[in-house]
Amino acid sequence: MALADVCGIKQNQFSLSGSAFRSDTSELFRDVEVGSNNFSMPFNFDPVENLQQFQQQDSKVKIHFDHGTTTLAFKFKHGVVVAVDSRATAGPYIASQTVKKVIEINPYLLGTMAGGAADCSYWERVLAKQCRIYELRNKERISVAAASKLLANMVYNYKGMGLSMGTMICGWDKKGPGLYYVDSDGERLTNNLFSVGSGSVYAYGVLDSGYKWDLSVKEALDLGQRAIYHATFRDAYSGGVVNLYHMKETGWEFISRTDTAELHYKFQDEKKK
Amino acid sequence: MSSRYDRAITVFSPDGHLFQVEYAQEAVKKGSTAVGVRGKDIVVLGVEKKAVAKLQEDRTVRKIALLDDHVALAFAGLTADARILINRARIECQSHKLTVEDPVTIEYITRYIAQLKQKYTQSNGRRPFGLSALIIGYDDGPHLYQTDPSGTYHEWKANAIGRSAKTVREFLEKHYTDEVAGDDKECIKLTLKALLEVVQTGGKNVELAIMKNGQPLKMIDSDEIDKYLAEIEKEKEEEAEKKKAKK
Repeated sequence: MALADVCGIKQNQFSLSGSAFRSDTSELFRDVEVGSNNFSMPFNFDPVENLQQFQQQDSKVKIHFDHGTTTLAFKFKHGVVVAVDSRATAGPYIASQTVKKVIEINPYLLGTMAGGAADCSYWERVLAKQCRIYELRNKERISVAAASKLLANMVYNYKGMGLSMGTMICGWDKKGPGLYYVDSDGERLTNNLFSVGSGSVYAYGVLDSGYKWDLSVKEALDLGQRAIYHATFRDAYSGGVVNLYHMKETGWEFISRTDTAELHYKFQDEKKK
Repeated sequence: MSSRYDRAITVFSPDGHLFQVEYAQEAVKKGSTAVGVRGKDIVVLGVEKKAVAKLQEDRTVRKIALLDDHVALAFAGLTADARILINRARIECQSHKLTVEDPVTIEYITRYIAQLKQKYTQSNGRRPFGLSALIIGYDDGPHLYQTDPSGTYHEWKANAIGRSAKTVREFLEKHYTDEVAGDDKECIKLTLKALLEVVQTGGKNVELAIMKNGQPLKMIDSDEIDKYLAEIEKEKEEEAEKKKAKK
């Protein structure tokens, strides 16, 4: 860069401390100029070292990541059902009852949010950009496997640097309904059924007892809603409303937003019958 | 960056030509012929095998390279340049499988090779690749693509590259019909007939490979080639007799 030459700065001074990134020194400026997926790092800064002070138990500035949530998704004959709660907590304080924990990546891909809200929404937006570029270059939609792998690989570059993200990528592609669990440890798994968050233990109980591949659409949506409700009933960090989505061959459809209080009385009445 | 500025070798001429690219295309015209024919359920690649010196070991497959289980490439031009391109394409096929969990489409790998070729027409101090490639394979159906040193690529039903490519292409244009495309054997015979336009007769001078859906690349051995050649000879004689009979 011309400015660098004028100031007499030698290029080698700006080498990135993490060798996981590209070693070509001019890449540092490109991140700022062009706007890429990677972050520009200040000189002499190691994220892992710096993060220790925020992670140690007895530190005065410990950052507490909230994984208080219940999210679930499962594949069945007619697609994928995605159900999430909407509570955000900061310790014992309920910060919000109306958080959107399903991120609409594009009309045929959904991502759920658990862990750090900023991390989830930022990286899933980057994923949306990458999916769109793939679509334009290859003249066909990206597969769920490829999209989830892109996200997992992006996030793996920052492993150990304090990202907190536990997301489920749901979609419908050429191979049928697709469901992948991706987290900030670099884990990427596929299965018919997943639940993520502090309330997932309770949701799994209800899901496992009611799940079948051959559920009808109505039964599946009901199961998803029921599982989230039961999780919010027992888990203090989950609550608010249940947001329900159905992923079909033609794309996702937002089904309903139901208050958990309403569901409580509905299921109570059911038991009385 | 001023310290890394190099005089580019591929620059525009006043009338808009990239002479280095055109010279590369000339180099391709000196290479040995390669022919590709796409049928309905089969893709055939035929290459001219240059005669080897007496003391040289005759290695059977040199000009037809496998890029992945379902993609193969034949080239005309600089063999050494081809080696580099084939290596990069092979790595890209596997890299694609790793990140997307799906084998490459023929269009994708052709586009990758073409992009690579184009990069070298616009780089400091580098010359273009001196080869054209014929890429065959199967994804949702049979495909045949051709790339050239400028970095453009097109899909073809049948094409030829290398020495006397124009003659061979004209022959293909005359004799390629949907009927021929529908029959595997006819496709193989058409490829052989096209090659024979420019190559000396004999199974030893041609190399033939076919690819069918779900099956790996199959090299046709010289005995089978001789059988096809015998059939072609018979057909030619029958044609000649018919013409005589008419007179």
